[in-house]
Amino acid sequence: MNIQIRPILIALRRHKAGTALIALQIALTLAIVCNALFIIHQRLANLSQASGVDEANVFVISNQWANADESTSQVDAQVRADLLALRQLPGVLDAAPASGYPLQGGGWDNLVTMTLDQVKPTTDAAVYLGDEHFINALGLKLVAGRNFRPDEVSVVGTQQNITPATVIVSKALADRLFPDGKALGKSFYAMGTTPSTIIGIIDPLHRQGVDLSSNRYAGQSLIWPLRSADVRGIHYIVRAKPGQLAAAMREAPKALLAQSRMRIIDPKDGIQDYAAIRQKVFETDRGMAVLMAIICVVLLAVTAAGIVGLTSFWVGQRRKQIGVRRALGARQRDILSYFLTENLLITGGGVLLGLLLAICMNLWLMLRFASQPMPMAYLIVGVLLLLVLGQGAVLAPALKASRVPPVEATRSV
Amino acid sequence: MFAYYFELALRSLKRSRGLTLLMVLAIGFGVAASMTTYSVFRAVSGDPIPWKSSKLFVPQIDMWGPKARDPNGDPPDAMDYTDAMALMRAHRARYQSAMYQISPSVVPANASKHPINVSGHAVFSEFFPMVDVPFKYGAGWTADDDTQRSAVAVISSKLNDKLFGGQNSVGRTLDIEGKDYRVVGVTDHWNPQPRFFDVVNTGGFTDGAEDVFLPFNRAIDVGMPNNGNTNCNEVPKESGFVGLQHSSCVWMAYMVQLDDAAAVQAYREYLDGYARDQQKAGRFGWAPNNRLRDVPAWLDAEHVVPSDTKVSLLVALGLLVVCLVNTAGLLLAKFLRRSSEIGVRRALGAQRSAIYAQFLTEAGIVGLAGGVLGLLLTGVGVASVGWVMPKDIASLARLDVSLLAITLLVAVVATMLAGLYPTFRASRVQPAWQLKSN
Repeated sequence: MNIQIRPILIALRRHKAGTALIALQIALTLAIVCNALFIIHQRLANLSQASGVDEANVFVISNQWANADESTSQVDAQVRADLLALRQLPGVLDAAPASGYPLQGGGWDNLVTMTLDQVKPTTDAAVYLGDEHFINALGLKLVAGRNFRPDEVSVVGTQQNITPATVIVSKALADRLFPDGKALGKSFYAMGTTPSTIIGIIDPLHRQGVDLSSNRYAGQSLIWPLRSADVRGIHYIVRAKPGQLAAAMREAPKALLAQSRMRIIDPKDGIQDYAAIRQKVFETDRGMAVLMAIICVVLLAVTAAGIVGLTSFWVGQRRKQIGVRRALGARQRDILSYFLTENLLITGGGVLLGLLLAICMNLWLMLRFASQPMPMAYLIVGVLLLLVLGQGAVLAPALKASRVPPVEATRSV
Repeated sequence: MFAYYFELALRSLKRSRGLTLLMVLAIGFGVAASMTTYSVFRAVSGDPIPWKSSKLFVPQIDMWGPKARDPNGDPPDAMDYTDAMALMRAHRARYQSAMYQISPSVVPANASKHPINVSGHAVFSEFFPMVDVPFKYGAGWTADDDTQRSAVAVISSKLNDKLFGGQNSVGRTLDIEGKDYRVVGVTDHWNPQPRFFDVVNTGGFTDGAEDVFLPFNRAIDVGMPNNGNTNCNEVPKESGFVGLQHSSCVWMAYMVQLDDAAAVQAYREYLDGYARDQQKAGRFGWAPNNRLRDVPAWLDAEHVVPSDTKVSLLVALGLLVVCLVNTAGLLLAKFLRRSSEIGVRRALGAQRSAIYAQFLTEAGIVGLAGGVLGLLLTGVGVASVGWVMPKDIASLARLDVSLLAITLLVAVVATMLAGLYPTFRASRVQPAWQLKSN
């Protein structure tokens, strides 16, 4: 099929403004859609970050103490009694004390150095405190080394500073500190005056936070063998037996209150399963993805409708000329391809401008909002999307044009 | 004359219903998306204390030195105990208060009830007049209470409802962490957003309440621990809350009121003098690098407006621009289709201004219709923005008269702007050419 581009260009010259407006609209749409798709993909990628936790069976109890003037040993006695009670529940597989938990939304992190007198820290690690049950209670996967022994676990009071001699680290942290893969048995400093020796490696173990600064040190965390006896409160991590999560979540607070009533477990979010924790921590990401998706859909719909509207109008305007062409021997598909090609040219022009705008917009977002550079793939997807959208939108009016009978040539306007 | 143009416009719009509907929908969606995101942006970028924000300042002292400065060279955004107490003792501002976040438990008098956890701040007496805390009953405590470390408390009306059934509880006692406190004041629905006096610990916006205020010195005495953030550049040498007070860790907010430029200048000089003294004493090994920002500058420096909110607004505005370009294209097509009609009118003596009036009226009507649709959609948008934005921020977005007015105005003005070029083209139609070709 021989497509005549020259006549199309000559015809478009008579609609300079209309053509330019449609092309501009396509360019802006492409720029916004590319960047929005990029934002959506980044946010969705966040949503699926692995925590390392056995999320189907684990829940967290946030327990605050009602009497703040108890001594460390009194609090620890209560913590140990609580844990014993929790572990004895029929639906519970294991329970552990914790100062924080993965995907909590924010928490404790320490700078890491290889030597004591190092000025610039090597990296940063999220800090978890737990006992010998911690790994099993969260359902974490130990890929090398061993778990803590009960005799390695010590008690830590309110804002007390203890640097244990042993530490279990996430594989991400181990690889960052010891790229040769031989982290086991090596030691490092995490803002303490004594080093901690790596005895075990977990993979993966998410940090508490999901924000930008956490993502810079993604997956880098450490566990210290410390049982928190903070007068302000403690988290209990409880792992239910498979299928018994709901029952365990009902029974656990009763068991704790039977131990002592001088505690506060928030009725709203004092007990959360991992579905709720994940939901909450990624709320912003999910919301942003949904918002960008809505805007993309509206944007594409408006642009498609605009193409349909304007092309329909042009077809109506050129009925007589189409009739003349048909009378002179043009086939229906020649007319059809005329309009499809015309749209391809306009969209093509718009897309070229749009690519430039999309890159500018991304650069500007990087400058102002610390966004990431957008990979080429988004531009390619955006361009294809708009070319298909343009052809799809122009199809109906173009088909209508192709059905204009040759007899139209003989009619006056 | 306007009535005539109005009628003409309606007729013309009716003639091509599909095209008209398309334009109205585009304007409606574009305006609604922009206005919904704008309502959130407006809510989070507003001034929480407009009558006073230029007199309230947050001092920052460089107690950590060059190594710990942020990329802009700013010192830590919170205060350590040593420097906060030195500033309090010097008492150089009209009002000043160091403060830290607390989260004590309150034990109800009724033994059958569970203890409840409340959140609030330990502050000095000058905090209340400084940030204009409204009181329902009573007032803040006095400077004497600060020095005598009195067991007094200011509670929120919400906590008052819960504990005292909403009655005037001034003079009654309250069990906080097992100790009795006398209520001296009940605040009246006070929930400033953002929490300008303690941005560091709240992140700006919070759905948490300020249920209880206790005298700072008293809270320190009873060892009520800090419930907010603690940042350290080195591990404290001693353990516990007392160890934290002796450390260089930063965990406190600080605010001062300075009434005029001279006072601001004097306070700046005082801060620099203080830092120099510390340098001389050997505590700081670097030249003074202090900051003193008023509330708007402070909120800006702390980035309290989330970047997501800004990006959403920008993308939504982009959508509006596309909708307008779309409308401009459609109006152009629509207007030029009527070239012969314009030719006849011009030939019969209509001036260009008459053509302008006619077609801009038409564009205005499309804008108005789009605006009305936009209003409805904005209503839906503001009501459901909690689905896509964090709850503590989304709940601040309000649909009020000014937002409604802006929505309509934006719709009409923007559509008329979009109609400007098509109208210009319509007014340029050559009457002779049109008449001849017919």
